[in-house]
Amino acid sequence: MTLTTLAMYIVLPMLSIAVIFVLLRLIRGPKMPDRVVALDLMATVGMGGMAVYAIATEQAVFLDVATVLALISFLGTTAFAYYLQRRPE
Amino acid sequence: MITTNLGDMVTAILLLIGTFFMFVGALGLLRMPDLFMRMSATAKAVTMGVSTLLIAVAVHFNELGLGTRALATIAFVFITTPIAAHMIGRAGYARQVKLWEGTIVDELRGRYDPETGELLSRPPVPAETAASEGTD
Repeated sequence: MTLTTLAMYIVLPMLSIAVIFVLLRLIRGPKMPDRVVALDLMATVGMGGMAVYAIATEQAVFLDVATVLALISFLGTTAFAYYLQRRPE
Repeated sequence: MITTNLGDMVTAILLLIGTFFMFVGALGLLRMPDLFMRMSATAKAVTMGVSTLLIAVAVHFNELGLGTRALATIAFVFITTPIAAHMIGRAGYARQVKLWEGTIVDELRGRYDPETGELLSRPPVPAETAASEGTD
């Protein structure tokens, strides 16, 4: 047992609780922009989770997953922002 | 029994710091009262958290190619997160998201026309407000 595997017992639950917080905001969010921010944050927390998972499983490939998730979440957020700005309600 | 070496210790510390920042960012998203404060809480904290976690990956695996990829991802996140936050904030203001009732400064108040999307350089405000504002 190494110190990193011990840290996983703290890190993974805290990231899961963070995702739950974001999910609550996604459900509750009073307006559409709040939900877009929540989705963006959820992708970013997922990125962090992928980085942690790469360490937990000793699989370096998960870093590429994190990179691709960053690219896609930026595209999605930008598209959502355009959509929100164009639509006059 | 916990075996440890220096790289392992650094990785564990970086993981804990990064997770703390992610957690604080998510907590800010849940607890802050309006859209702009939520974005201000999350964009900064989560950028910091993700980059710290990616540095932890780079330290843990200790390879040149992997570290380069981690640094490239960090650079990408540092560039794109402010852009995304700015775009959502602008779209939110254009959609006239309600501000928190304790908000003190709204520099675009009166200058933004939601019908045409135009910005005015001078707000059409009463004279006493304009006099106190125009000294800068």
